Amino acid sequence: MRLSPDEMIFWQHGFLKLNGTIVFTWGLMFVLAIGSKLITRNLSTELKRSRWQNLLEIVVTGIEKQIEDVGLRHPKRYIGFLGTLFLFVALASLCTVIPGYEPPTGSLSTTAALALCVFVAVPFFGIEEQGLVGYLKSYVEPTIIMMPFNIISELSRTLALAVRLFGNMMSGSMILAILLTITPFIFPIAMSALGLLTGMVQAYIFSILAAVYIAAATRGRKARPERMQDINA
Amino acid sequence: MDNMTLIATASIVTAGLTIALGSIGPALGEGRAVATALSSLAQQPDAATTITRTLFVGLAMIESVAIYCFVVSMILIFANPFWNHVIAQTAGK
Repeated sequence: MRLSPDEMIFWQHGFLKLNGTIVFTWGLMFVLAIGSKLITRNLSTELKRSRWQNLLEIVVTGIEKQIEDVGLRHPKRYIGFLGTLFLFVALASLCTVIPGYEPPTGSLSTTAALALCVFVAVPFFGIEEQGLVGYLKSYVEPTIIMMPFNIISELSRTLALAVRLFGNMMSGSMILAILLTITPFIFPIAMSALGLLTGMVQAYIFSILAAVYIAAATRGRKARPERMQDINA
Repeated sequence: MDNMTLIATASIVTAGLTIALGSIGPALGEGRAVATALSSLAQQPDAATTITRTLFVGLAMIESVAIYCFVVSMILIFANPFWNHVIAQTAGK
């Protein structure tokens, strides 16, 4: 039984290996990049527009609204990063309906890479918004005693992001493989439908958590009292 | 019992115990979270979007504990480092 698409090797030459994770990741990247390039090639502002443009507009405005709801005030600044995370993870789990495909997010290396992107992006956006000193001040936020705990939480939530996505995706394909040996007719279909739902929820959660972390890093001290007033009012 | 049997027995039993005990807490927690979210949805249907989003994020946080247990038990069964070590030693002999 395969634990991850890492063990699915298509081509090998010396230490160079082309495993399932790399192939499927590049396939998804091509679909996303070329698809959006083709759709945005002839955009129209008229009433009559192509159905693909409608689809893309729904996706983009939906993501923008979700980011804004989390508390980031300028969603356009973050949609490039957060939207890409969401679309990649969502498409990776949606494509499981294709036979022979295994989600690249079912490999710990992919999810660790995505989590590391979030780990780097949080201080990047935080420094961009509040400056280096302002961002570093957020580590000693209540008192200086809390600094080690703040650093630990930064590391542990990165680990949690990676392992959560990996575990969910891996368990989906693992349960399917086990069920195929026990009840190979109807039941695996129900479980794969559940897997599609879990995949979408996990994509949503991954990007929302990244947005929450970025929002916590960009929200300076000055913004906090006015939020409290919003709640009290 | 030789070393290999001991390692195999310990790994299998521990894998089962890990997922069995580790899913109790998250199950109770998720049940409580969903029950509270449902009652607050019934009281304030206007806040449905906020409650649902917070619920989903919270559920993912709670569920990740169970997922960690699952990953640990899968490592014990399919990618056991001690087992691999013993196998490498026997093969090297």
